Amino acid sequence: MEVVLVILIGVLYGAGIFMLLRRSMVKLLVGILLLGNGANLLIFLLGGITKGKPPVIDSLSKVFTDSYADPVPQALILTAIVISFGLQAFAIVLLKRVYVLVNSDDLDDLNTPEEEDI
Amino acid sequence: MTANAIIFPIIVHLLTAIVLLFLWRKTAIQRILSIGGNVLALVLALSLFLAVRENGILSMQAGGWKAPFGISFVADMFSSSMVLLTSFSGLAVSVFSAAGIARARMLYGFFPILHFLLMGLNGAFLTGDIFNLYVWFEVIIIASFVLMTLGGRKAQIEGSVKYMAMNILASMFFLTGIGILYGITGTLNMADLSLKIEALENRTLADITAIFFIVGFGTKSAIFPLYFWLPSSYHTPPSAVAAIFGGLLTKVGIYALFRMFTLVFVPDQFLSNVLIVLAVLTILTGTFGALIKNNIRRMLSYLIVCHIGFMIGGLGMYSEIALTGALFYLFHDMVVKTNVFLIAGLIRKLGGTMNMDRLGGLYGSYPLLSLLIAVVLFSLAGVPPLSGFWPKIYLLEAGIMDQYYVLLLALIVGSFATLYIIANMWAKICWKRRQEAEDTLPDEFRPLSNFRKALLVGPIVFLAAISLYIGLGAEDVVSIVKQIAREMKDPSLYIEAVLDRNL
Repeated sequence: MEVVLVILIGVLYGAGIFMLLRRSMVKLLVGILLLGNGANLLIFLLGGITKGKPPVIDSLSKVFTDSYADPVPQALILTAIVISFGLQAFAIVLLKRVYVLVNSDDLDDLNTPEEEDI
Repeated sequence: MTANAIIFPIIVHLLTAIVLLFLWRKTAIQRILSIGGNVLALVLALSLFLAVRENGILSMQAGGWKAPFGISFVADMFSSSMVLLTSFSGLAVSVFSAAGIARARMLYGFFPILHFLLMGLNGAFLTGDIFNLYVWFEVIIIASFVLMTLGGRKAQIEGSVKYMAMNILASMFFLTGIGILYGITGTLNMADLSLKIEALENRTLADITAIFFIVGFGTKSAIFPLYFWLPSSYHTPPSAVAAIFGGLLTKVGIYALFRMFTLVFVPDQFLSNVLIVLAVLTILTGTFGALIKNNIRRMLSYLIVCHIGFMIGGLGMYSEIALTGALFYLFHDMVVKTNVFLIAGLIRKLGGTMNMDRLGGLYGSYPLLSLLIAVVLFSLAGVPPLSGFWPKIYLLEAGIMDQYYVLLLALIVGSFATLYIIANMWAKICWKRRQEAEDTLPDEFRPLSNFRKALLVGPIVFLAAISLYIGLGAEDVVSIVKQIAREMKDPSLYIEAVLDRNL
C-alpha cells in the first residue's frame, strides 16, 4: 500500500511540475490541480497508515489500549482540499477572463508593454 | 487583560467585513465603517502590544484544547508588534482608499475584501500552529487575488495570472513541508515542533524539510530566484491595493521565515549559508532591476525585492545584532513601503502618470507636498537620522563582526543604489522642469474638494509621522527590537508560555 502511494505521489508531483512549466494556461491549471492532490496524498502517507483501527474508544474502556489511526492527517487533508477547491475555482474563472481579454491560451502573450502603463 | 484578547484584532476585521458585506451597494457607509473598523483594530492592537510589553508572552488555546493538541494563538513581542504595524498601515490604506478608489471598484466589494485580507494578516501573525498558519496564508492569498483583479483592467488581469500561479505554487511547497514535518515529528504546534526538531537525531532530514519552507515562504516574500512575479504584478492594481501589498504581503513571508527559522529550524551552518547566498543575490537583482525602471511603481517593486534581501541577510547571519538589525529593518520597511506606494498613487493623481520622464515640476506647484515626499523617500533610503539608517548600522556591524564580507558588500551596494534611485526619483518628479507636450496629462488633484484632498494626504502624513518616530525615537524601537531578538535566540520563554510547563 505504502509503495503504491509513494509511486503515485511521485508521479503526481512530477506531472504537476511538468504541466506548470508548459506555456499553456490550461496546462498550468492542470499542473496546480495535480500538485494539490499530490500534496494531500503526501500528508496522508506521512501521517502513518494504520489499517482497520479507527480512533474510537469502545464503550467498555476509558482510554486507547491499542494503536489507532491518527485522525489529524485526515483533518489536515480535508482542510487542504476545501482550500485548494476554492483557489482552483478562482483560478479557473481568472483564466477564463484572461482568455476573453487576451484571446490566447499562451502565457507568453501576457506582457502588456511598459509604455502602456498608467 | 485576559488571554482571549489575543484574537480580538482578528475578530474585529472579521466582523467589520461581514457587516460591510450586507452594505454591498452603500459605498458611503462602507467607507465610514471601514475606517471605524480599522481605528478599533488599531486600538485593540495597541492594547495587545502594551499588554504583551507589560506581562510577557500571552497564549490562548482555541476551544480549550491544551497545546500541543489544539490550535494555539500566541502573542509575543514579535507578533504583537507586527499586528500593531499592520493596523497602522491598514488604517492609512483604508482612509486613502476612501478617496483614492473609484466607486466602481467599491461596488465589487473592495472594502469587505480589504478587511478579510487584514484579518488574514493578523491571524498569520498571531497563530502558534503551523497548519493554522497555512490556513491564514490561504485567507491572505485568496483575498489578495480578489483585490489584485478588482476592476479587471487588462494589465491587472495579466499581472494576476503570474501572481496567482506563483502564490498557489508557494502554498503547495509550504503544504508539502508541513506534511513532511508532521511525518517526522507528529506535531503541528510550533513550540512543540521546536522541541522535537531539536531532539531529532538526523539533522539532514530537518535541513531538507527546511528547504521546502524556504521555497514556500521565499516565493511569498519574493527572494531570489523566486521574485519575478512581484515586479510583473505589483504595478497593476490601484495604488491603495498596491500599498497594502507592497507594505504587508511580502512581510508576512518574512515574518513566517523569521518565526520558522528561529523557533523550529534553528539555522546551522548549511541553512545560514543558503540564506546568506540568497540574500546577496536578492539584494543585487533588486538593485539592478530598480536602476533601469522608469515607471515609479515598477521601480518601487524592485526596491521591495532589494530590501527583502536585507532582512534575509540579517536572518542568515543569525547573531543577536544581526537579528536586531533585520527586525528593525522589517518594522521600518512595513510603514515606509506602504507609504511610498500611497505616494505613488498621489503622484498619479497630481501628474496623471507614473512615468518619471513625463512627470516634473512638482516642487513648483506643490512645495509642501514635495517636501513631505522627500522626507518619506529619504526615510526609505536611510539618510541619517531617518528610520532606514539605524537598522543598517546594526546589519553592517553584524556583518563585520562575523566576517560576512560578501553580504556586507551587497548591503552597501544596495544602500547606495537605493539612495541614488530615490534621489534620482525625487529630482525627476519634483525638481526637473516638466516637458510641456500637447498631451500633458491633467492634474486630477487640484479640482478635488478639500475634504477629499485631506483623505488622500492625511494617511501619508500619518505614516510619515510614524516613520519619523521610528527614526528619531529609535531608542524605544531598539529596546523593543532587542527584546525580540533575545527571545528569538532563546525560544524557551515562548515554548514555556505555549506549552504551559517549565523546561
